[in-house]
Amino acid sequence: MRHIISVLMENEPGALSRVVGLFSQRNFNIESLTVAPTEDSTLSRMTVMTTGDERVIEQITKQLNKLIDVVKVVDLSEGDHIERELMMIKFKANGQMRAEIKRTADIFRGQIIDITPNTYTVQLVGSSDKLDAFIASLGNASIMEVVRSGVSGIARGEKVLTI
Amino acid sequence: MELLSGAEMVVRALRDEGVKYIYGYPGGALLHVYDALFQQDEVEHILVRHEQAATHMADAYARATNKPGVALVTSGPGATNAITGIATAYMDSIPMVVITGQVMSFLIGEDAFQETDMLGISRPIVKHNFSVTRAEDIPSIIKKAFYIAQTGRPGPVVIDIPKDMTTPTERFPYEYPKSVKLRSYNPVTKGHSGQIRKAVDMLLAAKRPMIYTGGGIIMGDASAELTELAHLLKYPVTNTLMGLGGFPGTDPQFVGMLGMHGSYEANMAMHHSDLILAIGARFDDRVTNGVDKFCPTARIIHVDIDPASISKTVQADVPIVGPSKAVLEEMIQLVKESKKRPDQDAIDAWWKQIDEWRARHGGRYRTDDSEMMKPQQVIEMLCKVTNGDAFVCSDVGQHQMFAAQYYKYNKPNRWINSGGLGTMGFGLPAAMGVKMNFPESDVVCVTGEGSIQMNIQELSTCKQYDIPVKIICLNNQSLGMVRQWQDMNYESRHSQSYMNSLPDFIKLVESYGHVGMKVTKYADLENAMREAFAMKDRLVFMDIYVDPFEHVYPMQVPRGSMRDMWLSKTERT
Repeated sequence: MRHIISVLMENEPGALSRVVGLFSQRNFNIESLTVAPTEDSTLSRMTVMTTGDERVIEQITKQLNKLIDVVKVVDLSEGDHIERELMMIKFKANGQMRAEIKRTADIFRGQIIDITPNTYTVQLVGSSDKLDAFIASLGNASIMEVVRSGVSGIARGEKVLTI
Repeated sequence: MELLSGAEMVVRALRDEGVKYIYGYPGGALLHVYDALFQQDEVEHILVRHEQAATHMADAYARATNKPGVALVTSGPGATNAITGIATAYMDSIPMVVITGQVMSFLIGEDAFQETDMLGISRPIVKHNFSVTRAEDIPSIIKKAFYIAQTGRPGPVVIDIPKDMTTPTERFPYEYPKSVKLRSYNPVTKGHSGQIRKAVDMLLAAKRPMIYTGGGIIMGDASAELTELAHLLKYPVTNTLMGLGGFPGTDPQFVGMLGMHGSYEANMAMHHSDLILAIGARFDDRVTNGVDKFCPTARIIHVDIDPASISKTVQADVPIVGPSKAVLEEMIQLVKESKKRPDQDAIDAWWKQIDEWRARHGGRYRTDDSEMMKPQQVIEMLCKVTNGDAFVCSDVGQHQMFAAQYYKYNKPNRWINSGGLGTMGFGLPAAMGVKMNFPESDVVCVTGEGSIQMNIQELSTCKQYDIPVKIICLNNQSLGMVRQWQDMNYESRHSQSYMNSLPDFIKLVESYGHVGMKVTKYADLENAMREAFAMKDRLVFMDIYVDPFEHVYPMQVPRGSMRDMWLSKTERT
């Protein structure tokens, strides 16, 4: 099962390597990982997308909690939540393809954020499934480069992850 | 406020933390710190011959006292030599603070002389590690390191100090923090009362209960509480390798160690039990054997200070996160208050069954199949000669298992061995670390001719500081445990498990100024051992020749259940 785990941790050098090291050391999966500082500059927020059965996920959250730099851990998948991923995708765009890419991007509510005579770069935000669907729907287009941010998530409603 | 350099702050902070001995080895990155050490006499530095030994000495001090040991090693090779010792402490949850020198901060990352990424290398085998980036942080980092090392589930903490953080000419106001608080680290101080109540109800209703405890009783200082609860309930107790001494080894309720080389009765009782109270133990693979076949009829109450240990390998029915001592105190209280009593008929029947198992094997071994002395005889004699009251520091291998099985530990912190990592070379430095802190006690290193050679250079340290440990070397001229596995699983192809170029240990130890004794006959053993232990102020190395063909039994059949065991070379359950 796919899980989105949010981690609030001290914004210290080496904190990220502790988390990443833990995953490889204990044979846990990382599908994607994002990390950035929060409004409180002493804290970073990390989102790890991982897979595993209940027991593995339980171990992941427990082991993360054991790290001294980790302040709080939440498995967002346990409750209602919103997840988003950002993708930038560069297409070879000539002739008819220019119109088709534009049309498809509009349908997916993407934006073209860079243009050259031969390329389009599209920005798209959404769930990972939506980004996958966009790529699939332009299967006949020539994709030059795909950059995905990895999943970020936040709980719905009044629930928050803070200290 | 007093002004101190970074180097002086390191030493002063250790003093203020109450550290008496530190174990280490100097080098370029630590020269300022060693100079500061030289100029005071409150913290005494013990110079080892290899950094691994420094970490084992610090570790064994912690195992004997439950207080963090301290090692000091330089950057690069000093730090990497310490890694085995740090991993050893980590696997057994031993509190330790290891200070490593580092190259100057502006050289980090440039592959400087004796540079190694100690933070990166040590990360998976420490509870936490710190790098000093501002000299004025040294006191608070040292305070945090000691706090983290000894609270919650204990473990080693590394502090990496670049040389320029210790510059003698740069001075800062020094104050050692009285307390420390970390918002991201709050170890539990008591268990969940509702869960404890539920556990006690289950305990009182059990018909075939087992109390299974590990190192968490020793490090959690909960031996007295465990003994009280077990005596209140009159239930059988088994200890893991790390937990020996947590419950008195000569108590009739003690059924021996459990697991791969556990006693027949302990393993049988575990397999057939209907309720297991596990405290400060982690259901590791050397205990559970095949985890899918583990104790099929038992419900499990698991008490541990580390939530990650609970339901990691074996699912707990009642998880209780908390320190063993506090949880046991609460359990004792509840048992005393409860109107319910254990089902006496069921418990009597259970003990009758256990006693039948005891009668079947009961730790017997053959003495008639060889002319030579048996290693088990040596350990039993050691127990007799030292009145079962020595600190026994073991190396790793067959001798370790014999020392676990045949020495009866009636007190906690007396059995000191590398259980989790299984580090050969641990025994001698461990015995040294204990002896320095318990000069009046008998401190023994039980070893073999394989393990002892992994840190034999420490005989020199023993000479320098007059550390009169007793070394009991069970010499079978082979790597006995490897050989046993080869006998059992590889049709006796003894690949690289034979040693045919052993030194003359007697001459060797004499060259270090110690006493050597060679014993080849059982008839001479008692007198020789008594003579050795009578030499209170001398290190005595007893080179004791034992039957090289002896195996450790019982031995669980790989991937079987708890009850699947070899009981001798020919007998299987």
